[in-house]
Amino acid sequence: MSYRLYGFVTQPFRVDLRMEEIKLETVTSVGKVDSSFLEEATKKSGEDLSLCYQCLKCTAGCPTAPYMDIRPNNIIRMIQMGMKREVLGSSAIWLCVSCETCGTRCPNKIDIGVLMDALREMAIKEGVPAREKNIHLLHEAFVQSIRRGGRVHEATMLIDYKLRSKDFMTDLIPGMMLFLKGKIPLLPSFIKGREEIKRIFERCTKEK
Amino acid sequence: MRFSFFPGCTDHSTSLEYGLSTHAVFKTLGVELVEIEDWNCCGAAATHSINHLLSLCLPARNISKAQSSQAGPLVVPCAGCFNMLKRTEHVLKNDEAERKEIEEIVGFTYQPSLEILALMDVILNRIGLEKVQEKVKKPLKGLKLACYYGCALVRHPKITQLDDPENPQYLDRLMKSLGAEPVEWSYKIDCCGADLALTYGEVVKKLVGRIVSMAKEAGAQCIVTSCGLCQANLEMRQEIGLPIFYFTELMGVAFDVEKRDGWWKKHMISPKPLLESMGLV
Ligand code: SF4
Ligand code: SF4
Repeated sequence: MSYRLYGFVTQPFRVDLRMEEIKLETVTSVGKVDSSFLEEATKKSGEDLSLCYQCLKCTAGCPTAPYMDIRPNNIIRMIQMGMKREVLGSSAIWLCVSCETCGTRCPNKIDIGVLMDALREMAIKEGVPAREKNIHLLHEAFVQSIRRGGRVHEATMLIDYKLRSKDFMTDLIPGMMLFLKGKIPLLPSFIKGREEIKRIFERCTKEK
Repeated sequence: MRFSFFPGCTDHSTSLEYGLSTHAVFKTLGVELVEIEDWNCCGAAATHSINHLLSLCLPARNISKAQSSQAGPLVVPCAGCFNMLKRTEHVLKNDEAERKEIEEIVGFTYQPSLEILALMDVILNRIGLEKVQEKVKKPLKGLKLACYYGCALVRHPKITQLDDPENPQYLDRLMKSLGAEPVEWSYKIDCCGADLALTYGEVVKKLVGRIVSMAKEAGAQCIVTSCGLCQANLEMRQEIGLPIFYFTELMGVAFDVEKRDGWWKKHMISPKPLLESMGLV
C-alpha cells in the first residue's frame, strides 16, 4: 500500500509516504510491544513522542524524506512499537539535515530534528554501524578538526575524510575550484585556547 | 554603535566575500564590529549529530568570550553558527541543570543579558532601514531577485526568533530599500541540503536544482541569501548559471563601496555580467 501526495507547484514533485515501511505483523502485535525504546528515545531527545497522531505533516515537508528508507513519521511510529534495531540501523537518521521544517510544523510540537540527533547519538553509543557510513565519517572528520586546532581547517579535514571514507574521486573538481579561488587556506589557524578545547572535548566525551 | 563580532570559520575560507563585503558595508554605516578574542568553531552541522553536550559547550565558550569582551551584543553573520549559538543560549536560559553542567565544563558564568543577533537583525532592527537608505548611492533599480532564506536562520522559530518561519520578509524588505525588486516565489524557506553536499551530491543537486530553477521561473535574475552554506551550495551545485549574492554584497553595490571587484572574483558563477548589464559595476 502506498500513498502519494502531490505538491501545488509548477514543477511537480512527489512525496511517497510508503506506509508499507512498517511491517504488518508488527502493527498487529501491538499488545506485545516493549516500551523501553520509546522511553529511552523520549528521555534522550526531550520530545514527547507519544503525542504523534500520524498526520504526516513532518514527512510532507521534509527535504530528504524521498531518499530515506524510513520516513520521519514512520520513525516515530516504529519507536512507539519498540523497533530499536530497525530505527537505529536506518539511513533516515543520517539523512536528516536538521532543517527543522518538521519541528516548526508539527501540530503536536514534536521536533524530529532534535529526535534524529538523539537517535544518531544512541546508534553511535550502541555500536550500530551507520547505514550512511560517509555522512558519519564526515561528521567525525569535522569534529576531529575542531579538536586539533579549535577551528575547522578545510584542507586537512577533507583529506582526513577522504582517507576515512576511501572515496577519493568525488568532488575533486569543486574542491580544486575552491582552492584556486583562494577559498581553501593551506595553513590551519590554531587558536590560543587549544588546551581549553581539549579539556572541553575530554569532559564531553567522558562516559556518563 | 558597537557590537562584538563572531566571524566563524568560513569567514576565512568558503565565505570570504561575505566577510569582505560585511566589513565594507558596516564601515560605510559607521558601525564598529569588534571581533571576539580567540574564538573557536561553533561545531556547526557535525557536533550536534555526534555529541549533544559538546555541541552546547563549544558555542558556550564563544558566549563566554563575548561576555568578557564587553563590546555589546554578539553579532553573527553565518547562519550555521548563529543557529548553534542560539540553541546554546536557549538551553542556558531554560534548563538550569544543563546550564550548570555547561558552565562548569567551560568555566564561566552565563549572563543572560548578552544578546545574540544575526547580522541581518542588526541591520534591520538596530541600525534601521532609514539609515541604510541614506547611504544608497546607486539604487539597484530594475534588479529582479529571489530572496532565499533557507533553514538555519528562520528555524526553529522558538530558537532563532527572527521572522515568520513560513514566509519571512527581512531580506525582501532590505532589498526593496536598496531599490531592487524581490519576486514572489514559493521556495524561499526550502532547505538546500548543504549538510549533505560532500556526502550525497546527487540528492543535493536535486534540491538545489529545484530551488534555482524555481527562482528563475519566478522571473529572478539572481538569488540573494544571508547564509554562507546556502550561497556556496547553490552556486556550486546548480547547472543554469544563476548568480548567487550575499545580501551584504548587494548593499555594497548600492552604497557604491570601493574594491568590489575582489568579491566577484571569489564567486564560482561571476555576477559581473549581470551587474554590468544593469549598469551597476
Ligand atoms: S507532524 Fe507531528 S504529529 Fe504529524 S506525523 Fe509528524 S510527528 Fe506526528
Ligand atoms: S529536520 Fe530532518 S526530519 Fe525534519 S524535515 Fe528536516 S531533514 Fe526532515
